[in-house]
Amino acid sequence: MTEEILSAPGFRVHGTPNILEAPPKAISASAIPLRTSPRPEILRLEEITLSFSGVIALKDVSLDIRRGEIRSIIGPNGAGKSSLINLISGIYRPSRGRIYLNGRKFRRVPTHRLARLGVARTFQNLALFGGLSVLDNIKLARGIHRRATLVEELSGLGRARREEADALARAGSLIDFLGLGSVRDRLAGSLPYGMQKRVELARALAAEPAMLLLDEPMAGMTPADKQTMAESIRTIRAEFGTAVVLIEHDIGMVMELSDRIAVLDYGRKIADGTPAEIRTDPRVIEAYTGVVHEESEPEDLR
Amino acid sequence: MSAPSLSKSNLPRWLAPLILLGIAYGVVPFAGGSYLFEAILTPFLILSLAGVGLNLLTGYAGQLSLGSAAFMAVGAFGAFNFNLRIQGLPIPVSIVLAGVSAALLGVAFGLPSLRLKGFYLAISTLAAQFFVQWVLTKFGWFSNNSPSGVIDAPALQVLGIHFDGPVGRYLFALTVVVVLTALVARLVKTRTGHQFIAVRDHELAARVIGVPVFRTKLLAAAISSFIIGVAGALWAFAYLRTVEVAGFNLDRSFQIVFLIIIGGLASIRGAFFGAALIVVFPLLLSRLGAFLLGGVFNSGVLEMSQHIFLGALIIAFLIAEPKGLVALWDRLTARAAALFLSQTRKANTDIVP
Ligand SMILES: Nc1ncnc2c1ncn2[C@@H]1O[C@H](COP(=O)(O)OP(=O)(O)O)[C@@H](O)[C@H]1O
Ligand SMILES: [Mg+2]
Repeated sequence: MTEEILSAPGFRVHGTPNILEAPPKAISASAIPLRTSPRPEILRLEEITLSFSGVIALKDVSLDIRRGEIRSIIGPNGAGKSSLINLISGIYRPSRGRIYLNGRKFRRVPTHRLARLGVARTFQNLALFGGLSVLDNIKLARGIHRRATLVEELSGLGRARREEADALARAGSLIDFLGLGSVRDRLAGSLPYGMQKRVELARALAAEPAMLLLDEPMAGMTPADKQTMAESIRTIRAEFGTAVVLIEHDIGMVMELSDRIAVLDYGRKIADGTPAEIRTDPRVIEAYTGVVHEESEPEDLR
Repeated sequence: MSAPSLSKSNLPRWLAPLILLGIAYGVVPFAGGSYLFEAILTPFLILSLAGVGLNLLTGYAGQLSLGSAAFMAVGAFGAFNFNLRIQGLPIPVSIVLAGVSAALLGVAFGLPSLRLKGFYLAISTLAAQFFVQWVLTKFGWFSNNSPSGVIDAPALQVLGIHFDGPVGRYLFALTVVVVLTALVARLVKTRTGHQFIAVRDHELAARVIGVPVFRTKLLAAAISSFIIGVAGALWAFAYLRTVEVAGFNLDRSFQIVFLIIIGGLASIRGAFFGAALIVVFPLLLSRLGAFLLGGVFNSGVLEMSQHIFLGALIIAFLIAEPKGLVALWDRLTARAAALFLSQTRKANTDIVP
């Protein structure tokens, strides 16, 4: 797979001058030469530190996300994975460090412009609009493309009608794609958990994001549902070229899906590389099992 | 909601409102005495409208307001003053301008919603209540320096048509209520209405998908206050026929909050159900009380028992039916329809040999 070439750790954070201040990384020491030119970068975090009144959630984390890659972030509970996504979506502001989104530098990403910046996300805990139907949840996320005024909306004419048709078409195809047809008009809040997770994914896709941040999209799902979700993620990347940042505890699933994996532990990035590299990384194994042991393969964390 | 309402889903959605409209315009005006209009129907309609307005803000957009009566007062005094001070201004224009005044005040008192949420925001709406009451009492200009603070409302007249008498005022209120309710019914189905619900259900997720959260909250406050303001103007012009601060106190604000809770939050029909109960309930209670207790049941006892019963009712609803009378109604009609359907089906199979 070409992604594996792209995801070689050689060109990541190494461009930054202060890399030596970052915690020692087992993998990144072994620079693998690039064989092709890298895909364009969407996001780069440089030496991000995030603390909550003393509690350090992230420490000197540098990370890049490239167009169309599936980039997983793993680590034990409390490692700072969700904090990282919250930081990318501007919900948290870093205490230190820089964020580059589409080449533009941000001290803090403006959450209200996130969708316009091409970033969509799901939440670890369900965050649907429970009082809206599945269809309306998804349609609403199409809103950034809409310009009609309130009066036009009330009359349902002209621009409002075209925009409504567009939102309906987009939502309809996502409903088909994610197999939500049977619950299209049900209130989102009344659906079972796994279904709500899928609706959240559909809502995130409605604005056609360039980057999708998924915070444990498969948590609490049956193995069969997990497979379906994994398949959906692959299709999203293949069809729309969307970069996917995936937080997931099921290591098997992560290994199967990811182009590159970053490993967090106590807020530090302890490893970053291809699944093959992560699998054999002694620091990762240590973090997951507590001991360095040749045979031990990281398994499901929970 | 996907209630098992078999027969109902076969009927077009506009049929029931249309029938009600036909009755309200075509039958009711010829039906009752002036008591029906003056004591029941007109206040019912106006309180319903206020409920529709508050439901937009509280039920749909999720912001509790305890200042509804203040916006009604602004509507009433606004309409009075626009009408008084601008020569030849048609009554409907005065009422619209009054609604706009209430909307502006609603936006001003909605500004704290940028920072405040839930309980704290509700408390800040109390400020609106006391501020408006104070201003209107303190500055005689608003009541045209009338020594008593009570002023007569102008007669209702539009394009040469006089809306005199109990039935005329009922029809005037009915028309305004129908127009505004239809607009709100449409609004909650548009993207803007969905944005209200999104901000209510998950503000952060709404912001993430690009809903302009603050603007949405202010818009909800503006439209809601406009409607409540118009309801206030109607209250003064079509119901009381006087303009005075006294009726627009905190009790009234709570009454409208209770009305939408009992009727059903985030439901337009709910406001009408709740208003019906709020208006009819005291009348029934006083009849019942007088019947059971005779002379002992004076107005003081009546008022006290009203408060007790209403309080009990609200608690009962919050516990047993948080979705209000509307949910109760939908369940009962669905059950009745199912029963009816099974009966006719049985009848049909009986006929077929
Ligand atoms: N809003 C917050 N306020 C205070 N502490 C927080 C907040 N968010 C996260 N943390 C802390 O940051 C650390 C990382 O949390 P989190 O990012 O949720 O971990 P993960 O998603 O990897 O399980 C934890 O110690 C958590 O308690
Ligand atoms: Mg988490």
